Amino acid sequence: MSSVGAEVESATPAEAPAGTLRHQAVAFVIMVAVLVVLPFFVYPIFLMKALCFALFACAFNLLIGYVGLLSFGHAAFLGAAGYVTAHAAKVWGWPPELAIVAGTATAAALGLAVGAVAIRSRGIYFANITLALAQMIYFFFLQAKFTGGEDGIQSVPRGTLFGFLDLRPTVTLYFVVLAIFLAGFLLVHRTIHSPFGQVIKAIRENEARAISLGYRPEHYKLIAFVLSATLSGLAGGTKAIVFQLASLTDVHWTMSGEVVLMTLLGGLGTVFGPVVGAFLLITIEHYLAQLGAWVTIVQGVIFVICVLAFRRGVVGELARLIRRPL
Amino acid sequence: MRGNLIVFQFLGIPPQALFGQLLIGLINGSFYALLSLGLSVIFGLLNIINFAHGAQYMMGAFVAYFLLQYAGLGYWWALLLTPVLMAGLGMALERTTLKRLYHLDHLYGLLLTFGFALIIQGVFRHAFGSSGLPYPIPPELAGGRNLGFMFLPNYRAWVIVFSVGVCLATWYVIEWTKLGSYLRAATENPALVRAFGINVPRMITLTYGFGVGLAALAGVLAAPIYQVNPLMGADLIIVVFAVVVIGGMGSIMGSIVTGFALGVVEGLTKVFYPEASNTVIFVIMAIVLLVRPTGLFGRAS
Amino acid sequence: MRNPLAITATVLALLAGPAHAQISDGIVKIGVLNDQSSLYADLAGQGSVVAARMAVEDFGAAAKGLKVEIIFADHQNKADVGSQIARQWYDAEKVDLILDVPNSGVALAVNQITRDKGKAFIVSSAASSDLTGKACSPNTVHWTYDTWALANGTGNAIVKTGGDTWFFITADYAFGHALERDTEAVVVKTGGKVLGKVRHPLNNQDFSSFLLQAQASKAKIIGLANAGGDTTNAIKQGAEFGIVKGGQNFAGLLVFLTDVHALGLDKAQGLIFTETFYWDLNERTRAFAKRFAERNRGIHPTMIHAGAYAGTMHYLKAVEALKGDDGAKVIAKMKEMPTDDPLFGKGTIRADGRKIHPAYLVEVKKPAESKYPWDYYKVRTTIPAEQAFRPIDQGDCPLVKK
Repeated sequence: MSSVGAEVESATPAEAPAGTLRHQAVAFVIMVAVLVVLPFFVYPIFLMKALCFALFACAFNLLIGYVGLLSFGHAAFLGAAGYVTAHAAKVWGWPPELAIVAGTATAAALGLAVGAVAIRSRGIYFANITLALAQMIYFFFLQAKFTGGEDGIQSVPRGTLFGFLDLRPTVTLYFVVLAIFLAGFLLVHRTIHSPFGQVIKAIRENEARAISLGYRPEHYKLIAFVLSATLSGLAGGTKAIVFQLASLTDVHWTMSGEVVLMTLLGGLGTVFGPVVGAFLLITIEHYLAQLGAWVTIVQGVIFVICVLAFRRGVVGELARLIRRPL
Repeated sequence: MRGNLIVFQFLGIPPQALFGQLLIGLINGSFYALLSLGLSVIFGLLNIINFAHGAQYMMGAFVAYFLLQYAGLGYWWALLLTPVLMAGLGMALERTTLKRLYHLDHLYGLLLTFGFALIIQGVFRHAFGSSGLPYPIPPELAGGRNLGFMFLPNYRAWVIVFSVGVCLATWYVIEWTKLGSYLRAATENPALVRAFGINVPRMITLTYGFGVGLAALAGVLAAPIYQVNPLMGADLIIVVFAVVVIGGMGSIMGSIVTGFALGVVEGLTKVFYPEASNTVIFVIMAIVLLVRPTGLFGRAS
Repeated sequence: MRNPLAITATVLALLAGPAHAQISDGIVKIGVLNDQSSLYADLAGQGSVVAARMAVEDFGAAAKGLKVEIIFADHQNKADVGSQIARQWYDAEKVDLILDVPNSGVALAVNQITRDKGKAFIVSSAASSDLTGKACSPNTVHWTYDTWALANGTGNAIVKTGGDTWFFITADYAFGHALERDTEAVVVKTGGKVLGKVRHPLNNQDFSSFLLQAQASKAKIIGLANAGGDTTNAIKQGAEFGIVKGGQNFAGLLVFLTDVHALGLDKAQGLIFTETFYWDLNERTRAFAKRFAERNRGIHPTMIHAGAYAGTMHYLKAVEALKGDDGAKVIAKMKEMPTDDPLFGKGTIRADGRKIHPAYLVEVKKPAESKYPWDYYKVRTTIPAEQAFRPIDQGDCPLVKK
């Protein structure tokens, strides 16, 4: 059974030629350099938003690009973590690092719960189930008193990191967020290129064979799912601190659709694709924000074009050009 | 309503509240049933989850609105013309875009229809804003009758009657006619059916068109009571997905029965435990999945 | 289609003049942030932008050498969208004043951001009385009306005429909660009873199940603690379900001229509610309405449009007097200067940011009583300014010295 993302893998050689990782390392260094310099030219809050979404997309890509499961409910993890972080920072007065950890842990727990129910299915059924479960979580947050419903949790304090770093100045906050993003990004990369990642790829390519070799696919898929949910939570908690707000938008299913689009646009199953996709999409949204509904229309058009004619995404096409996986 | 005084109370809830909400639940269930029927039919043959179903439902309501505004054609014309128009649109869509994805993973079909849903909703939102446009209840169905426990508007009674009719008619066609049997056969083994000389691709196109037509029909039905607005299908469609999962994707009778049943369950929840009324359908879905992963009436995939 | 760039370019071209030394960047930049596409688009929306521009022109900014620029954006009734726009406007686009912001949830978020950044915020449309209560800020002025004034005016009047049992249908966010809370307090204080409440999501399309519950409660009055499209939907569907025929009545707790227009007099007649401006009150308001309608596709001004106009006017007067546009300082100056404009007459702004002016209890005319377009209200009573708003010491505002 084929799956989304398999197409991408087949476009690049099955055995990574010598120097692949070097290529990726070069790309990584370029990415870091650009991200370090950008806040001095571009509005940093905008950049931080892009970084949070880039992390979210990387986490999502782990699931769809490498495990081959399309989850249409990932917003639940982003938003739930946002709410818990906001509540911890504002109501319990926790410092930002603990608040974000609390949010991330919540997302992990949710990931375990959702994964346990959904992982027995695959393909369309999996997408459908994750969508419906996420919607259930959305309604829970809509009605829970602590979330403030339509108003959201507002005036979340930025706080002082580790007791000495005041996060209110925007540039300081930016570099903290950048550090969080890079940590998450490297974790995803490490996971993919670890023995665990190899097993996942084996399961994706031929599940029956993997079973015959003694692996339990359900367990591996669930672990990948939980990891993906956890990192999504990390993105969500960080976002709540940056914007000092947690709202229903982050748990709504349209957000789940957005992360799918980011990853698709950037390139499913590529390492840098989600980052590129996130930045592209956030930029487009920013410039179209004045025009309200145009954002939705453009997102839809990009979806249609990508699915019909551009399935490898930006980075995927780039990777094919230089014949190295990116 | 001030007429009969029904003295007993059921579990502490006055009968007005109970039966009234049940009736409203049946009305909601009518829409769930109609929409999940369309989705099931499409999924059965194309193996695609038509994410654009909600947007097509919304377009149905808008077409009815346009027919009235610009062509002076009222409700009954809309009921006839809108599904046909929308079915045509649906078929054009399938022919030009969906067809190209059949050789790929079916998830791409989901993503494509999701993209279409965004485009359609965005365009309508841009043109019409997101508060509702009024569509009048047809005068033949205006007014209502006092049932003692509630005042039931005639139009809402019509909604129930009409949807049951359409659902049963569809079920009959699929289960009992020759055309329906070709459809069911093509679902199970398209290659063999093609070998018998039946034009399967055309059947697929027609099926998609039919599903879209059903969605549009639901939209016309909804226009007089739910306010014609671009977002009317957006959140509704997620509930319908859950209904389809519970009923069993691809099962016609399953979708119909589950649609009505879940509408009633939702109505009951509103009476006894209103906070849960939004989530009860999803909770049921989670339970059904744990116990019977293919749904209550579903076939093993 | 609205093109903000073209509009701002035009405004700039019209208002060229020498820059002032202490005005930040030499331009007073006003951002109108409201709902341009959803259920609150008619009662505020583009009309507020028109009203603000009229205020700038009537103030004579060009002649006085003051450069004023107006931009606008749609917050889509979402707190995150609204707060991101506000943040961006203050940080990157040098906006000095944010105006309007219907939707109390968004207004509360913008209120906090404005305070953090030391800018100015004039709320001409949001309703929550918390804006001059717990959330009061030295950078914010709450113009036009609030939930307390509505509850006080409408609630009192209705209970006194026999509507002493209530059932609330409430929009489930900051505004709805505040309105329900303030109205319930009034009902209970005047000897009435609240028999039940139900909450509905914002921009709700189907009220059937809520109306059924209201009917079952047998309350004499169904209080609609919502606004805009939600109110009109509830009333329309109430007609379907025979609410009024069954002997119950709706109390529209927040109704605007545009809602009555959308419902039509046949459905809206007899509604009694509180407003702080009506276009047909006197010669001055009529003159304003005529000019406004010409620029706003014939739609006459709601009290929100009037508030946007008057608020902008007073803000510009304060900036002129201060010769600067630092947020907190301008707001303080606005509180210092008594207000006088053709729409609200003479009034003041209190220490908690609350603008004080008279309120009017109005009743919607029957179709036969309406003689010309937009002739919708008859004014039943005028509530003097001192009684119209919550006493300053009852709001828990930290700015008010006890």
